[in-house]
Amino acid sequence: MQAGARLGFILLLTPLLLWLTLLIIIPHIDMLLLSLRERVGVGQYATSPANYLTFFGEPLYLRTFMRTAVMSVLATVITLLIAFPVSFYIAKIARGRVQSSLFLLCLVPFWVSELVRTFGWMILLRETGLISTLLQYLGLASGPVEMLYNDAAMMVGLVYTSMLFMVVPLVTTLESLDDAVIEAGYDLGGNGFSVLREIIIPHATPGIVSGSIVVFMLSLGNYLTPTMLGGKDSLWFTELIYSQFIVRFNWELGAAFGFMLLILSSVIVWGMLRLTGQTLEKTMG
Amino acid sequence: MTLLSNRLKLATSVVALTIAGLAQTASADTLRLLTWGGYAPEDVVAAFEAETGHTVEVTLSNNEEMIAKLRATGGGGFDLAQPSQDRIAGPQAEFGIYKPMDLSKIDESQFIPSMLAATKGNTTVDGAVYGVPHVWGTSGLVVDTAKAPGVKDYTDLCSADVAGKVSYRLKRPTLIGFAFAMGLDPFAAYGDEAAYTAVMEKVEAKLKDCKPNVKTYWGGGDELMNLLRSGEVVASMAWDTGGWKLNADNPDITFVAPASGALGWIDTFVLPAKGGADQAAYDWINYVMQPEVAAQITAVAGNFTASKGADEFASDELKARYQASFSPAAVDNIKWYPPVPAGLEVIEGGVLDRVQAAK
Amino acid sequence: MTPDLECSALTKRFDQSLAVDDVSFSVPPGSFFSILGPSGCGKTTIMRMIAGFLPPTSGDIRIKGKSVLDVPPNKRPVNMVFQHLALFPMMNIADNIGYGLRRKGLLKPEITRKVGEVLDRIGLPDIANRKVDELSGGQKQRVAIARCMVLEPDVLLLDEPLGALDLKLREHMKIELKALQAAFDTTFVYITHDQSEALVMSDQIAVMNAGRFEQIGTAQELYYRPDTAFVAGFVGDSNRWSGKVETVAGGTLALRTDGGLLMRANAHDRSLAPGDRAEIFVRPEAIRLARSDADLAHFDNRLNGQVTSLLFNGAASRILVQSAEGGPEIEVTLPQSGEFSDVGRGDAVHIGWSGEHSNCFGLTGAM
Repeated sequence: MQAGARLGFILLLTPLLLWLTLLIIIPHIDMLLLSLRERVGVGQYATSPANYLTFFGEPLYLRTFMRTAVMSVLATVITLLIAFPVSFYIAKIARGRVQSSLFLLCLVPFWVSELVRTFGWMILLRETGLISTLLQYLGLASGPVEMLYNDAAMMVGLVYTSMLFMVVPLVTTLESLDDAVIEAGYDLGGNGFSVLREIIIPHATPGIVSGSIVVFMLSLGNYLTPTMLGGKDSLWFTELIYSQFIVRFNWELGAAFGFMLLILSSVIVWGMLRLTGQTLEKTMG
Repeated sequence: MTLLSNRLKLATSVVALTIAGLAQTASADTLRLLTWGGYAPEDVVAAFEAETGHTVEVTLSNNEEMIAKLRATGGGGFDLAQPSQDRIAGPQAEFGIYKPMDLSKIDESQFIPSMLAATKGNTTVDGAVYGVPHVWGTSGLVVDTAKAPGVKDYTDLCSADVAGKVSYRLKRPTLIGFAFAMGLDPFAAYGDEAAYTAVMEKVEAKLKDCKPNVKTYWGGGDELMNLLRSGEVVASMAWDTGGWKLNADNPDITFVAPASGALGWIDTFVLPAKGGADQAAYDWINYVMQPEVAAQITAVAGNFTASKGADEFASDELKARYQASFSPAAVDNIKWYPPVPAGLEVIEGGVLDRVQAAK
Repeated sequence: MTPDLECSALTKRFDQSLAVDDVSFSVPPGSFFSILGPSGCGKTTIMRMIAGFLPPTSGDIRIKGKSVLDVPPNKRPVNMVFQHLALFPMMNIADNIGYGLRRKGLLKPEITRKVGEVLDRIGLPDIANRKVDELSGGQKQRVAIARCMVLEPDVLLLDEPLGALDLKLREHMKIELKALQAAFDTTFVYITHDQSEALVMSDQIAVMNAGRFEQIGTAQELYYRPDTAFVAGFVGDSNRWSGKVETVAGGTLALRTDGGLLMRANAHDRSLAPGDRAEIFVRPEAIRLARSDADLAHFDNRLNGQVTSLLFNGAASRILVQSAEGGPEIEVTLPQSGEFSDVGRGDAVHIGWSGEHSNCFGLTGAM
């Protein structure tokens, strides 16, 4: 019986261990070794930190790195600002069928691929697109308006793509807040703002933090949206990684970039947790 | 205990069988083809499978991804690949991802002799031939001749009268094209890193100046077609086939061979280093190089092949468009890409990054 | 004296249903007023209208004589202790209690002082820095009351706050709540479906059913002189028979039950005529148990029967008696004198009660 339980335990643990070692740990060790390799001649390599020095020595790489970080944080903040009222409405105000259909509405865009969603935005925002045509038809614009290929379009795309991942944890935490607690906040003299600040937001913090972490990671690692909506000025760190790996055949530098991105996201997530006084266990559990 | 060991035996044999089964699917009868869109039309594949008994698995890709994929597996996972002829010698020297061709297994009489000879020359590494030609074409300009009659060369994309209505790719063909249009010869500087860097610095300056003129840098063929079709872009760098396809819908739009010369490319057949179905690969090459089959591929891909006599089977419309875009002088002026020396991409990559980052 | 709380013709309609139907009452200062009713009777709706979370369809609510209909909940001089207390889990105890004071804009030292005072009054001076989930159920209860009382409201509303506690603690908290109310000298309005909570604590109780008040009165009035059949049935336990009135003589009437028994009862000024359908309620403790019929000669209702079961519950033990003349089993309180401590199943007993102690109500409507 004891042996049976042990066997069961090992069998349950095996997929997790396999997944961790084969798909996470080994590739990362490989990437780390790759990033510490320098090409010294045709087919010849030596161990050196040259790739990291290249990264810190080239202002373009550093700029793109910082820009990606700042824009991802901004996308996360905007997503939070939009998702919070939406989630509050779904969790606390809507009832029954309205509630589930609203939730479904948030989910619907995810039935199609990210590529299709991004194309949807391109159709809307382009010079000959829907919004431009509508504005001209209404006489609000004299000529075609180009809304695509800039940072704002990119931000719209990022926020849109991330929305659901913010709404789900927020709805879950807000639903767990007893309505009576909110009412008590009013009953004891609070107004909308103070109830929000002292009761709702503190209660929703784990959801806000876990949603923000997911959205931040998704934005930071997004490739399609910045490339397609961002246009000629779009610079996203994942684009650099892609081009180092695929276009330049420079896997060594690409791996170094990949590691820098990993460090960046870890640092920002850690900072976010510290700032809000949350722990990873509290947020994810 | 006996039960357990019996189970173990059963599990082991199931695993063994599964592995054997997987190995079976990768046997010599399956041709895993890494190619471009349009190079392996379904009806051609079906006819080939019926004739030879092989099965064909097609994976669509482009030059860079083909090399990246083969590099990741050390030349495994595919039995036949089709990179451009200038991207064979360099990656082979650097990564060793291809294996030499056994030319005795190929029916050389089906190829246009000049093109075969040129490709062999460009893909020879250490005395062994690695590639034979398949499809060829050019890149140049696609222009809406009614709205942008002034665009005759790459550098005309930077003129004020088409400001905000042009597009090109931020890739190496753009760098090479602009260099020629500026009166430089990048191909002559291929072997000399310092000279090539100097050429590229001039191109970089030009492209930075030109940046405000650009609506967006296109990434995929469909994206470009949409931009041109909707009239948001009136002139762009593009492949000849793209221009001809649009010409069928809108007679004003067509492919224009730039004054400084269109850039000629040849996509080839190469054998990946760890390919397992060489015989099937040779069968495929010999099959698709038959003039009738080659003409079928031309009809789908839009480009001509290196198959001798296939022109006779090509459609008259395509021939007419080709002749409208290419005068005999323009054909002579085509700049064929020489093999890219290893390491050149790093210089170009820096230029492209800085152009992208420029305001 | 102006009542602390006065509701007049208060009505609340939700779509089709009438949740509160023309309810009027007033609560004098410093009293403990309970609204008792089964779940769904509309008592929570009244409470939420007083607190300001629901606007009444019609009628008026006055606190200290002033109508509060136009006052939002955060400005009303009433506070509420919620069913599950609704303490703020994200704050410690001092912040919980200080919340309302902060909203009033009091200065920090002032808040600290008042919080300290109220913690002393509820007898928990050392818990200011504890977290909510570190407190016991009873402590949370007191904190929830303190959180309201620190604001010195004119009226404190309590929405079944003892419902979540276990029985022992509930019994204890009843007494404590009453003591707290006396200590703070504030008007409490308490709603509950548990009659013992209402009976033990309240100065006045309103029994509510289907959106209406059936009766307002003291615990004794409701218990001994119920106005309606609903109150008689809802407050305390009763044996109940329905039947037809046969004769009416002064206050006393005779009724033939559906089972064929003839019973005498007091109509307590309710007009009933021979032939009317009526119901009789008799409390188990009003019924006297005896070994022989002769002992019960002075009662006008007498039956003999057999004990079918013994419901032992200490001081509140009862027996069920099946009458020889048929009809439903009758619940009878076992006297505490020990005289019947040996009574057991199957024993023959005699029971009797006075018509004065039974209540009779006419049955109207659904027959």
